Amino acid sequence: MNIDLLIKMANEISAYFAAEKDTEQAAKDVAGHLRRYWEPRMRRQIITYYEERQGAGLSELAQRGVGLLAAAEPPAAPAPPA
Amino acid sequence: MFAIDYEDLGTPAPVEAGAAVTVEIDGEATTVPAGTSVMRAAALAGTQLPKLCATDTLKAFGSCRMCLVEIEGRKGYPASCTTTVVPGMKIRTHSDRLTALRRGVLDLYLSEHPLDPAGARCELQDVARTVGLAQTSYRRAAREPAPRDESNPYFTFDPEQCIVCSRCVRACDEVQGTFALTVQGRGLASKIAASQDQPFLESECVSCGACVEACPTTALMEKSVIRLGQPERAITTTCAYCGVGCTFEAEVRGAGAATEVVRMAPSRDGDANHGHACIKGRFAYGYATHPDRILKPMIRKTTREEWREVSWDEAIRYAASEMRRIQAKYGRDSVGGITSSRCTNEETFLVQKMVRVAFGNNNVDTCARVCHSPTGYGLKSTIGESAGTQAFTSVAKADVIMVVGANPTDGHPVFASQMKQRLRQGAKLIVVDPRAIGLVRSPHIAADVHLQLTPGTNVAVLNAIAHVIVTEGLTKDDYVAERCEPEAYQLWQELIAADRNSPEAMESVTGVPADLVRRAARLYAAGPNSAIYYGLGVTEHSQGSTAVMALANLAMATGNLGREGVGVNPLRGQNNVQGSCDMGSFPHEFSAYRHVSDPVVRGLFERAWGVTLQAEPGLRITNMFEAALDGTFRGMYVQGEDFVQSDPNTHHVTRAMESLECVILQDLFLNETAKFAHVFLPGSSFIEKDGTFTNAERRIGRVRKIMPPKAGYEDWQVTMLLSEALGFPMHYRHPSEIMEEIARLTPTFAGVTYEKLDRLGSIQWPCNDEAPEGTPTMHVHQFVRGKGKFCLTEYVPTSERSTSRFPLILTTGRVLTQYNVGAQTRRTDNVVWHPEDMLEIHPHDAEVRGICDGDWIGLMSRAGETVLRAKVTGRIAPGVVYTTFHFPETNANVVTTENSDWATNCPEYKVTAVEVVLVNQKDAWRQRTAEERALPKPARRRSRDPAPA
Repeated sequence: MNIDLLIKMANEISAYFAAEKDTEQAAKDVAGHLRRYWEPRMRRQIITYYEERQGAGLSELAQRGVGLLAAAEPPAAPAPPA
Repeated sequence: MFAIDYEDLGTPAPVEAGAAVTVEIDGEATTVPAGTSVMRAAALAGTQLPKLCATDTLKAFGSCRMCLVEIEGRKGYPASCTTTVVPGMKIRTHSDRLTALRRGVLDLYLSEHPLDPAGARCELQDVARTVGLAQTSYRRAAREPAPRDESNPYFTFDPEQCIVCSRCVRACDEVQGTFALTVQGRGLASKIAASQDQPFLESECVSCGACVEACPTTALMEKSVIRLGQPERAITTTCAYCGVGCTFEAEVRGAGAATEVVRMAPSRDGDANHGHACIKGRFAYGYATHPDRILKPMIRKTTREEWREVSWDEAIRYAASEMRRIQAKYGRDSVGGITSSRCTNEETFLVQKMVRVAFGNNNVDTCARVCHSPTGYGLKSTIGESAGTQAFTSVAKADVIMVVGANPTDGHPVFASQMKQRLRQGAKLIVVDPRAIGLVRSPHIAADVHLQLTPGTNVAVLNAIAHVIVTEGLTKDDYVAERCEPEAYQLWQELIAADRNSPEAMESVTGVPADLVRRAARLYAAGPNSAIYYGLGVTEHSQGSTAVMALANLAMATGNLGREGVGVNPLRGQNNVQGSCDMGSFPHEFSAYRHVSDPVVRGLFERAWGVTLQAEPGLRITNMFEAALDGTFRGMYVQGEDFVQSDPNTHHVTRAMESLECVILQDLFLNETAKFAHVFLPGSSFIEKDGTFTNAERRIGRVRKIMPPKAGYEDWQVTMLLSEALGFPMHYRHPSEIMEEIARLTPTFAGVTYEKLDRLGSIQWPCNDEAPEGTPTMHVHQFVRGKGKFCLTEYVPTSERSTSRFPLILTTGRVLTQYNVGAQTRRTDNVVWHPEDMLEIHPHDAEVRGICDGDWIGLMSRAGETVLRAKVTGRIAPGVVYTTFHFPETNANVVTTENSDWATNCPEYKVTAVEVVLVNQKDAWRQRTAEERALPKPARRRSRDPAPA
């Protein structure tokens, strides 16, 4: 998928959770939102991007959130044929 | 005239039913609630008094003098409609004297009005028969007959048949609230006039039909009745337009495939509409039998080929084989399905089931994605349930009504009429909207405060309102302490109380004067019953979910949840938005909003369906387009949806659609999406199938089949055929069996059955052991999530800003007479009122661009451009322009962008930076694309396979 769009989405999600004073919790909330609502190939793509490009273009909170997601969920193989 | 199977009791039931009162009517004792009229008491006891000016949807008027009675101990002959019962009252409804009086009055009526043609339903005729008067004893004065008003495409007004009973005038006033009609003149010269004695079509009349419903004669009459003749029977069903979900009596002639709908009469027993309707539901049903309907399945290998009509069997086999081919080539997750908010609960449930079971993934989404998905997220996060909190009737107990980003008089007209009744009784009104919507100023109604904010600043305004409530000590702390999470409340208060959220600090952002925000906040907090109603002007923003949470926060902070008269209420755009969401149409949720990753819930469905289900969320519609463009998504089953016209950034959507290898479209018409389809499966309209819709107040209503499906199958049957061809047969014989499965698997529907729906008329979920007949008001003792949670709602400006290149902000909406993408309403006479999309522009913005009313203008954004005509109006603020998206010729979504709500990807339709220029002719884009935008070509040959019976 268009990585620029995924970056934009991750940044917007992070902009919402940035209101949380506890920054650790905010990063967990970002990761939790991505885990809960993003389809696996979207998560794989943002994680790969984060690891290959050191999160360039992601906001600080988005980087931390994607980092948590990457730590808990290493990129997996694509879904098999039906 | 009211529905053919309805017994009119003459006057309404008392608003507040008092203690039982026993009276004697013609020697028989009868007991009714205090406040009941003598006329109604008699009718309830089985005695219909003759009447002409009375009907039970209108207040008693007491003018026709036909319903006179004798009451022991009282002088004279009081009108039974305006006389209320008192204990021990002895009433005579028939006597020689009463008969003589009635005959005398009726003789005068008949002296001016001929009896109606034989066969027509006419109360004057019925009364004449009752009192035994065949004709008048007076000689009619010679005069020219008054001309008929045939201007309205749906009904005619024949003054010669009018008895000036004023039922139409009162219906327009009391029920609809438009005040378009009046009695003009005096004595024998008095007559009914629309607006300034104009033809109906040119008047302020909104064609709701309340006057036609109320008319006791044939003066106001549906043209369909004149054309087709009197209906023979009635079937109760639910309207397929907006989220109000009105109950109708579909009055028909003929049987089987020869059934014709003569008219749609709103049901006076309807729990949502109480006998009222709007122009769409009452009159604009002709699309269902429109010749544009496609009744044969069609296929084509590429979208450059012409369609080829085939048998159902061939179409289904081809569709299934293509899906399997794509999955074998690109993977299990390369296909998905879209459910429609225009289809029934049972149909949407089956589509999502087929995707999860037969496709083997969770790539299912619904058109609610692009309207109210933020409602689901915002309300679930704060109060625990993704639904409105009240019944529509709750508005009758509201003291303050706050309408945010909604235009009820156009989008939800029947509920708007209920709201206007309450406003005329004195409830206060706050409107938060960039436009001066109809409610801001209309007859006998004016908004107490109109916050005319800059599009995209909802959260800023709502935070500023909350700031006033918090900093001025207007919160209901006892309520919050008892019902909400204290830590979250504390954090929210700290955020909201910050100076940056004050009305003064936000004024430069929102464009709303701080003193108006403060007035609105104090008004809302004072209540005592304050109710919020909101629409897509809240949800379709980059902060749509945040705004919904902000509304719920306001209601919790002021104690305005959990009883009648208050609440947070999304006004749903389409008929079954609530239902399609409830049924598990989102890619991350099963029915009742339970996440697919929950092993307990998933296990429940796996055992019921006999398959292993995926624990990962699937693709949303917008994600599907992105995946299509990168080559990992290649096939799609679309039931009843036209996202090529309705979704934003049309060029982006069409590029994605062009890349798909198989699109299976199930619809009534070859819509814009059909241009990209490879298989077309004919759909069935709401009059051709059984099922249920769930309206905006969580009310489940029955949809009943009025005629056989024109293409041979109901929509749920087509999904079953496809599922079977994919190797997962389903065995439902009737939608009631699908509902049984829904009830087994969905806690909020656990007590719902077709038998109960037939018995009760409708049911508001949750319906279960705790609430066997449903739940009108939610969160009564506690919130569904337990403790209410104040979610943080920091204002984050949208990235879509006006610039020197695109200096105006475009926002979109709808009009009364058209609906959504217009596929239905454009195929009715509603185009008389709204034949094209127009761009509303403020006089100042128009003047500096040399634009006059009606000029062709180019509308451009960074996403695309289109051409439409200008409507110069002060309804819109300077710097803001507004249009609708009902017509594919305009296709306003060419200019809307990819921006979306941070939480749900609901598109940001309401904020697009644009420029507007005067053009001398339709622009190059329009001309260039005119040919490719033409509807797909019809099939080149007829199928030899007849549709199944």
